[in-house]
Amino acid sequence: MTNLSDSTVAEERDSAAGERTNDLTIHVATVNGSGSQSSNNVLMRAIFQMGIPVSGKNLFPSNIAGLPTWFTIRASSEGWTGRRRNVDVLVCMNPATGADDVKALNPGAICIFDDALGLEGSRDDVTFYPIPFSKIAGEVTSDSRLRKLIANMVYVGVVAWMIGIDREELVSAVERQFSGKAKAVELNVEAIDKGIAYAADNLEPQVAHRLQRMDKTRGQILIDGNSAAALGAMFGGVTVATWYPITPSSSLCEALIEYLKAYRLADDGKATFAVVQAEDEISAIGMVIGAAWAGARSMTATSGPGISLMTEFAGLGYFAEIPAVVWDIQRIGPSTGLPTRTSQGDLLQVAHLSHGDTEHIVLFPGSVAECFEFAMKALDFAELFQTPVFVLSDLDLGMNSWMSEPFEYPTEPINRGKVLTAEKLKELGGKWGRYLDVDGDGIPWRTLPGTDHPDAAYFTRGSGHNEEARYTEKPEDYVNLMERLRKKFETARGHVPRPVIEREEGARVGLIAFGSSDVAVQEARHVLRRDHDLATSYLRLRALPFTKDLEAFVADHDRIYVIEQNRDGQLRSLIRLELKGDPDLRSILHFDGLPLYARFVVESVVAMEGEKRNG
Amino acid sequence: MADSVLNLTGPVAKENRVGLSALDYKGGKSTLCAGCGHDAISNQIIRAFYEMSVKPESVAKFSGIGCSSKTPAYFMSRAHGFNAVHGRMPAVATGATLANRKLVSIGVSGDGDSASIGLGQLLHMIRRNISMVYIVENNGVYGLTKGQFSATADEGSQLKNGVINDLPPMDLCALAITCGAGFVARGFAGDPKQMVTMLKAAIAYDGLAFIDVISPCVTFNNHEGSTKSYPYAKEHDEILHQVGFVPSFEPIEIDYEPGEVRDVSLHDGSRVLLKKLEEDYDPGDANQAMTRLHRAVSAGQMLTGIVYLDPAKKSFTSQLGIVDEPLGTLSQDVIRPPKEALDQIMAELM
Ligand SMILES: Cc1ncc(C[n+]2csc(CCOP(=O)(O)OP(=O)(O)O)c2C)c(N)n1
Ligand code: SF4
Repeated sequence: MTNLSDSTVAEERDSAAGERTNDLTIHVATVNGSGSQSSNNVLMRAIFQMGIPVSGKNLFPSNIAGLPTWFTIRASSEGWTGRRRNVDVLVCMNPATGADDVKALNPGAICIFDDALGLEGSRDDVTFYPIPFSKIAGEVTSDSRLRKLIANMVYVGVVAWMIGIDREELVSAVERQFSGKAKAVELNVEAIDKGIAYAADNLEPQVAHRLQRMDKTRGQILIDGNSAAALGAMFGGVTVATWYPITPSSSLCEALIEYLKAYRLADDGKATFAVVQAEDEISAIGMVIGAAWAGARSMTATSGPGISLMTEFAGLGYFAEIPAVVWDIQRIGPSTGLPTRTSQGDLLQVAHLSHGDTEHIVLFPGSVAECFEFAMKALDFAELFQTPVFVLSDLDLGMNSWMSEPFEYPTEPINRGKVLTAEKLKELGGKWGRYLDVDGDGIPWRTLPGTDHPDAAYFTRGSGHNEEARYTEKPEDYVNLMERLRKKFETARGHVPRPVIEREEGARVGLIAFGSSDVAVQEARHVLRRDHDLATSYLRLRALPFTKDLEAFVADHDRIYVIEQNRDGQLRSLIRLELKGDPDLRSILHFDGLPLYARFVVESVVAMEGEKRNG
Repeated sequence: MADSVLNLTGPVAKENRVGLSALDYKGGKSTLCAGCGHDAISNQIIRAFYEMSVKPESVAKFSGIGCSSKTPAYFMSRAHGFNAVHGRMPAVATGATLANRKLVSIGVSGDGDSASIGLGQLLHMIRRNISMVYIVENNGVYGLTKGQFSATADEGSQLKNGVINDLPPMDLCALAITCGAGFVARGFAGDPKQMVTMLKAAIAYDGLAFIDVISPCVTFNNHEGSTKSYPYAKEHDEILHQVGFVPSFEPIEIDYEPGEVRDVSLHDGSRVLLKKLEEDYDPGDANQAMTRLHRAVSAGQMLTGIVYLDPAKKSFTSQLGIVDEPLGTLSQDVIRPPKEALDQIMAELM
C-alpha cells in the first residue's frame, strides 16, 4: 500500500520551537466511499470559523469505493496553506493503511484509531488512542448502513475535544454542510456529541497540539479553484459551455451549471446560456468553436487526455482565428496516468497545441482569486485576440479548498473584441476583409453569421486563405498570414497578466514558478530566510506569451531556480526558448502526483546552493 | 471546372418573396470535376433556398473535409460558411446553432466525412436533434484523397485498380432513424425535381433533417464495378413516393386518402404532402421505414423519397429552454449578474 508521508524526514516546524498552538496537521485516513468527506469538511470549516488559517486537501484514489483515501487539514497561525507532509494528529479508520500511516507521524504525534485496528504500541514516540467507533455509532443509530457514516462524525467530536475545536463551530459547520436537512443535522450533531462525551470521559486534552480562537480568517472565504473558475466564467458572461466528464475538471462545469441556473435566468425564466455535455472532448471543443464563431462567449474544461483529443481543433481555432476558452485542470501522467493526482505536466503540450507553427495564449492562475479573475480575462482575450485561450490550472488548485479574500466584482466592461455590425458595414460601404490587418496590431475584424448585410459573409476555413478569406495556396499569402498571426501574438504580449515579482534586498538567487506552486514557494522563501539566512527574489509567471519582465528578472540574478511540478522541466524549456544567452537556470522538479510542499523546495535550494548558511 | 449555377432558367429569374433573384443565391466557382454529382446538389440547394425565400444572410453553411465538404463555397456566397475539420462539422454546427438559434443552418458532408471519421459526431447530432439540414453526398469513395473505399461502399464493388470491397455498407438512413432522427430522406443527385422538393421540406422542418444523397463520383467511382455510378443508380432507383411541398403562404388543400397521400403539418405551419406508391407505406412509422430500407437493400434497390417523418419532435434549442434572442449577442447587463449576486455568493462562502 502506498504511503503519502515519509517517516525518514525530520520534523518540520512552521513556527519557533515550543509554539505549537494553531500550527498542526491533521490527517484522516479512511476508505473511499465511506462518506468521510462531510466529516472532514466539518472539521476544516470549524477551524476556519475559529479564525485560524486552514487548508484542506483531499488525496483520493481513482475509485468509487474501497480504496484508501486521505484528507489532510493544515492549520497554520502564520497562514501557510500549502501541503505539509508531516502529521501531528492522525485519525485512522482504514485497516489497509493503518501501519503505514502511523510510520509517517511526527514524533510526539497522536494517533486516534478505530480500536479494531489494534495499532497501539507500534511506535513509542506516538500516543495511541483506541476508540470504539462502531460501538459509539451504534448508540446513535441502529441502522447498520448508516453506522460507518456516523462513526466518521464521531471522530470529529473526539478530535475536536482533544485539540480544542469549539463545539458551537462544529454545529454551525454541520448546519452548513447539511443545510435544509434537519434530520441529518440532528443525527450528525448527536454523533459529534457522543464523540465529545466519550473523549471527555476517557481521554486527556492535548497540550502540544492545540487550537485556539484567533482572528485571521475574518472576511475570508473558503472555496476550491474549480468553483472559483465557474464563478468567474459566469460573471465573465459565458453563454455557451461544453464539457465531457473527466477528473479533475468535471467539478468546474458542474459548479458552473449550478451558478448559471441560480443567477443567469432571464425574467421570463429562460436561460441566457447553454451548457452541453458533449459526446467527447473533440466535440466539446468543436461546439465551443462553432458557438464562438457565431458570437457566443464559449468555453470548455478538461484535463490531459481531453487536451490531447482537442489538438486538431486547437489548430483550427488558431489558424482560422476563432475564439475559444479551454480550461485544463491538469492531472498527472502520460496516457490515463494517475487521474486523481496533481501535476503541471501539460505546459509544453498546451503552449503549442496542434501541428504546424501553432502558439497559444495560456493563463496560469496561482490562486482561487486568480481562477475567478482569469476566467473572465480568458473570455475577453479569446474574443479580443480571436484565438483559443488556454487556462492551466491543476487538481490541487482546482479541487482542494483554499482561503481567499472575497473576489472583486469586475470593474472593466466585458470586451467583445473587433466585431463589425451591419451598421458599421454600411458605413464602410461593405468594404472589408476578414483577415485584413487594418489596425496594425495583427488583429483583424470579424462579422458574425446572421449579420444582415449582403457583404457581411465570409468563408471560414482551416485551409490556406488570403486577407479576403478566399482559398489560396500562394506561398506569399501563407507567409503573410503566419507573420500576421505572430504579430497578433506580440500584441497579446502587451495585454496578458504580467508576472508577480517579489524582490528581496540583495538577493542573488531568483525563484521562478507558476500556478499552484505559489503557496509552497512563498513558504519556502520564508523558511530559507529564517532557517538558512538565504534571501530569494521570486517571479511568478501568470501567462504565455512571457512579458519583458522575465528577461529582466533573470538578468538581475546570479542563479535562477525554476520550480515546477513535472519531470521534464517544461517551464525551464520554454524560458530557455524565450531568452537570449545562457543564463544559469536550475530545475526543481516535484512530480509524484502530490502537491508541491515548502520543505521540498527548501531542501532542493539548499542542496544546490551547496551549503547550509545557518547550520 | 463547372459553374455552380447551372440551368437556372424560367421562373428563377424573377424575384422571390424577399425580393431576391436566384443569382443572389449563387456561390463561388466550383472546382469539382465536371459532372460531379455534388455540383448538381449545390444547384438544388440554391434553388430550394431561393424558392423558399430564405434570406442568404440568415443562413449558416457548414461542412467537414472532402470534395463534398468544399461545396458550401459554391452556393450562397452571401451566407457565412464554415469548413471545419474532417468529420467534425456536427460539433461546430451544434455550437453555432446554440449561439444563434435564428440561423437557418445547412451542412454538407461526404460519406467518408460522415460515415467514417465523423460517424460518432453525426449520430450524436442526430440524437440531439440539432435544427439544421444535413446532407451527405454519398459516393461510396473518398473523392478528395483519390478514390479509397468509404464505409458506404457496397460489398463486392470494385475500385479502378481492381481492389474489391469485402465489407458490408452502412445504411446512413437506417442509422439516422435508429438514432432518433425526425426527418430522414434519400435522394439521387441526378433527380433534381425530387431533390429540390425534399430540400424545401427539410428547410421548413424544425429539427435535424437528414438527407442521404447518392452523388456519383465521376472520377473514381463511375465504372462497371461500382454500385454508386450513374448507370447503376438510374437503373435501380425506385421512387418510393412523390413529394409535393406546400409552403404555408400558398395554401393548397390536398386530400389525403388512406393509402395514397399523407399530409403532415410542420412546425412553421407549412406542410409536406406525401404520395405513397404503396398502399401500406406510412412515412410516420419508423418500423415500417426500417423494414422498407432493409427490404430495398436485399432487393438491391435504392429507396428514395422521405423515408421517415416525425413533425412533432422537439429540437435541441427548444428543449434547452434558452432565451429567444441569439445567445451570442446578448448584452452585458443580461450576461453579467449584478454586484449584489457576487456579494451574496461571497457571503455564503465566508
Ligand atoms: C484528420 C484527417 N484525416 C485525413 C484527412 C484526409 N482526407 C481529406 S478528405 C478525406 C475523405 C473525404 O471523403 P468523403 O467525405 O467521402 O468526401 P468526397 O471527397 O468523396 O466528397 C480524407 C480522408 C483529413 N483531412 N483529416
Ligand atoms: S473526385 Fe469525385 S467526388 Fe471529387 S470532385 Fe471529382 S467527381 Fe466529385
